[in-house]
Amino acid sequence: MRRPSLLFLNVIIIATCGLIYELLAATVSSYVLGDSVTQFSLIIGVYLSAMGVGSYLSRFIDKDIAERFIEIELAVAIIGGLSAPLLFLSFAYLSYFGIVLYTLVFIVGTLVGLEIPLLMRILKDKLDFKELVSRVLALDYAGALVASLLFPIFLVPRLGLNRTSLVFGILNAGVGIWATWLLEPMIPTRKLTLLRVKGFIVVVILAIGLIKADSLTTLAEDGLFVDNVIYAKSSEYQRIVVTKGKVGYSLFLNGNLQFNSFDEYRYHEALVHPGFAAFNGDAKRVLILGGGDGLAAREVLKYKTVEQVQLVDLDPAMTQVAYSVPALGELNKHAFEDPRVQVTNTDAFVWLDNVSTEPFDVVIIDFPDPNNFALGKLYTTRFYNLLKQKLKPDSAVVIQTTSPLIARQSFWCVMKTLEASGYTVKPFQTSVPSFGIWGYALAKLQPFDTPTKPPENVELRFLNNETFASLFEFPSDTSKPDFDLEINRLDNQALVRYYETEWRRFEQ
Amino acid sequence: MNLSRRELLTTFLGAPLALAACRESPRRFPDGDIVGQSAELGHILRENRTFQVPADNWETKRVAIIGGGIAGLSAAWQLRRDGVDDFVVLELEKEAGGTSSSTQGPIVGYPWAAHYLPVPFKENVDLISLLNEMSLLDGVDVNGEPVGKEQFLCREPEERVFFKGRWYEGLYLHAGESDEDKRQYAEFQRLVDIWVNWRDAAGKRAFVVPVEQCSTDVEFTQLDKITFADWLSQNGLTSERLHWYCDYACRDDYGLKVDQTSAWAGLFYFCSRVRKSGVESQPFLTVPEGNGQFVNHFLTKVGDKVRRSQMVVSVVPTENGVEVITLRNGELRGIRCKDLIYAAPIFTAPYIIRGFQNDAPFNAAAFQHNAWFVANLQLKDRPKPRFAKDFPLAWDNVIYESPSLGYVTATHQKGIDYGPTVLTYYYPMCHDPVGRTTLFNYDWKQLTDVCLSDLSRAHTDIYELTTRIDIMRWGHAMISPRPNFIHSGIRERAIKPYRNIHFAHTDLGGIALFEEAFYHGLRAADVILVGDRG
Ligand SMILES: Cc1cc2nc3c(=O)[nH]c(=O)nc-3n(C[C@H](O)[C@H](O)[C@H](O)COP(=O)(O)OP(=O)(O)OC[C@H]3O[C@@H](n4cnc5c(N)ncnc54)[C@H](O)[C@@H]3O)c2cc1C
Repeated sequence: MRRPSLLFLNVIIIATCGLIYELLAATVSSYVLGDSVTQFSLIIGVYLSAMGVGSYLSRFIDKDIAERFIEIELAVAIIGGLSAPLLFLSFAYLSYFGIVLYTLVFIVGTLVGLEIPLLMRILKDKLDFKELVSRVLALDYAGALVASLLFPIFLVPRLGLNRTSLVFGILNAGVGIWATWLLEPMIPTRKLTLLRVKGFIVVVILAIGLIKADSLTTLAEDGLFVDNVIYAKSSEYQRIVVTKGKVGYSLFLNGNLQFNSFDEYRYHEALVHPGFAAFNGDAKRVLILGGGDGLAAREVLKYKTVEQVQLVDLDPAMTQVAYSVPALGELNKHAFEDPRVQVTNTDAFVWLDNVSTEPFDVVIIDFPDPNNFALGKLYTTRFYNLLKQKLKPDSAVVIQTTSPLIARQSFWCVMKTLEASGYTVKPFQTSVPSFGIWGYALAKLQPFDTPTKPPENVELRFLNNETFASLFEFPSDTSKPDFDLEINRLDNQALVRYYETEWRRFEQ
Repeated sequence: MNLSRRELLTTFLGAPLALAACRESPRRFPDGDIVGQSAELGHILRENRTFQVPADNWETKRVAIIGGGIAGLSAAWQLRRDGVDDFVVLELEKEAGGTSSSTQGPIVGYPWAAHYLPVPFKENVDLISLLNEMSLLDGVDVNGEPVGKEQFLCREPEERVFFKGRWYEGLYLHAGESDEDKRQYAEFQRLVDIWVNWRDAAGKRAFVVPVEQCSTDVEFTQLDKITFADWLSQNGLTSERLHWYCDYACRDDYGLKVDQTSAWAGLFYFCSRVRKSGVESQPFLTVPEGNGQFVNHFLTKVGDKVRRSQMVVSVVPTENGVEVITLRNGELRGIRCKDLIYAAPIFTAPYIIRGFQNDAPFNAAAFQHNAWFVANLQLKDRPKPRFAKDFPLAWDNVIYESPSLGYVTATHQKGIDYGPTVLTYYYPMCHDPVGRTTLFNYDWKQLTDVCLSDLSRAHTDIYELTTRIDIMRWGHAMISPRPNFIHSGIRERAIKPYRNIHFAHTDLGGIALFEEAFYHGLRAADVILVGDRG
């Protein structure tokens, strides 16, 4: 063996890395689960006992001690190094996070527990026992001190949890590779090379992880979506993902499908044209609330009479997607480049409350489904009352109102809410294969006849004179329930609760 | 962590948190200040000086009102409604409002204390006329009860509580309830319902707002002799979470713990806002600036009569009225008025009213206040949920294990759900027998540390998000309804005029509420008006 004293440096680094992994696991778990007292004490307990198990197991390693020692060190490097990202990802996607957490802590603990006894055995012929025990243990504890000081003062604030984990994995692997030189005399040459190659691979994997630390989330998403992810961005408000598959492009917001280019025209024709059909005369001013993908705007712009389109969407990143993914720009026929279109990025509720404008002839409302309170407010009597200030007596409004099949109560709750806000409502529905049966509300402030045909002189792929009237017919399984539903108000948010219960049935 | 920091956090947040917080000492402090209340008045009054007003610094008014809080402004509003114009409101601070003050920020307004008002019962005609004047109501329902406008009724989700790493909807913690907890909670509701439905021989309710209209049947008034904690245990209600819930209610409404609050007051909280058993309690009217909206409204009506930064240092009853002496920038001025409405905290009376001590009609020192601090945190963004399915940000956000009351989100009612916001954090000093002294021993930085350490249990990112914290130390925040105060007879004596001085302050109700302040403000004005006519 070369320079046994250098091996002692190894001890201190092993000890430091070991404690770092332990602190990382405890921090990640108290970060995501809360209750730090419990998390820290459980992790410390499991980790220390696993070290005990490791020390015990070391007796079963008889041959090739130096080689095993390096292999174990590399194993700690890769598992410990990836531990924080692994824990974050498994918390996001697995329901048995606890199992992953404690298994990981146990494995790392066991491996670290194996290392010190093996190292002592490697060194036992070089030093007398008294000297050996005193130096190894002293350094082991010193390493723990280094780790516990570095962790809160430097590592977490400067590097963050993921990077700390990866950096220490690399350090750990580096020390393992270095040990192949220190222990060279004790290992056959052929095996030495193999060990170095293994060490190199570990370092490369961890280094890639380090470079890609930010896109780790995307990596996880690839596994979630069936098709290839071609665009992914976390905006201030949501996670936007565009995928490309055999039949076309799909857009997801927070993992929920917004459209598939293969059949979105069905959805958007049904969303836009009934409004124009119900408006008497030529619609000039159109308001689109939501609809940041520009597809509703595309349908609106088919009307030559339209002079002004005001689009209000929360997320500037959404309206940007059309530029970033050219295929989507084509899909919405570059609606945002049309001089008639004006885009405002703000919450539509706040916009209605604070901005006064001339009234609009047609209003298209295309919000995500009411799956949280911030969205639920966009379907309340308050919202529809605010909207009135932007309407003339004859203005027509179309609203997407989720699936009357899957969320029947939610759908009819919106209809009732509109009626309670003083609108005459004609519910309708159609079938969009990517979504299933989908529902809408056509509403006006005065009584009106249900339109029977789509407007003339617009190019349509889906709606036609023969079937238009049938949109307004409801089969028994989607028709209005015969029991009383609540009106959705700001102070009860009844819709979010209906929606939650109804859609939860479809979650795994 | 140095010793004094640990001591500080132990004092305010308890030992377990103080230990846990060792690891996370604030990396960076946001900007901010101690705001508000001038301490000068206290010093001057304690000096017990006599005040000589120069002869040409005197003026005459029909009525003077001391205090521009809700009570004083309500009295002014009532006088003007009845055509009296010769009056003045004298307010100590730079702005009127007292414990209903607020500040208008760039995104929304935010309160410094009071932040909501339940929709009144139909019997409270005066209050309803105020709410109608402010366009807060949407007519009446089939029973003739007033209905709040949707945009002013507290938006859902109204409350959430943080417990062991998660937020849960509501204030009472249902998660993890045992069968016994459930039984006791139901039993508690049953007892509350009995009092809700109860009427005395004269048809009066047991608990109703204002306190003056509650039944004085001994069956109830004797509840004032024991603490709410005693009442709970007398009824076999020992469930820890029920106890927490009642304790929270007392701290929130009275600034007292459950074992410091009179059982009468405790039950008042639960019963007075429920029309009849089985119906929800009255919904809350709220806006970002909280009850500052009433102050602002009153100012549009009587703002021209309000003189700010006017410290009333002496009140001298005379043969045919009252002389009021104010101090401003070292200058003494005098007002001779026929009647005086005393809408400042009652305990100050002996220090200000000349001769009060000699033939005291009541013991003003019995009107004890407790201390609070309130912090307004400016956040550049919302705290991130720890995990996707956690219960989202609500209007009122309470931390189960904290002696604070958590925080209220100013942007909530406006539907502003993204980006910067203001959180108003409330901390009553009831855990400390000398809360007021303790509070004033600590400075901005220390109280900021308390507030952030407390909130960081639920929001690990609070340090990064908070750009500014301003802190109001309320030395005399709320009247304390401890046992043997509300029904001791002392309030009745204080409500009677003392010479030509008419007391009007929420203190007279024995509990700190908008409705009490309003009621006594109007009552005092009415007494004067009746005197004028008769
Ligand atoms: C933290 C906190 C939260 C609260 N939350 C609520 C709530 O949500 N809902 C609710 O209904 N109530 C709440 N309250 C109760 C609130 O106190 C009452 O609603 C109401 O504002 C009391 O008004 P007031 O005029 O009686 O008294 P104060 O607000 O005490 O007004 C007295 C005024 O007199 C002035 N003054 C005192 N001495 C002098 C002097 N010598 N010369 C001149 N002026 C003087 C003071 O500066 C002050 O402006 C809360 C109180 C606190 C402290």
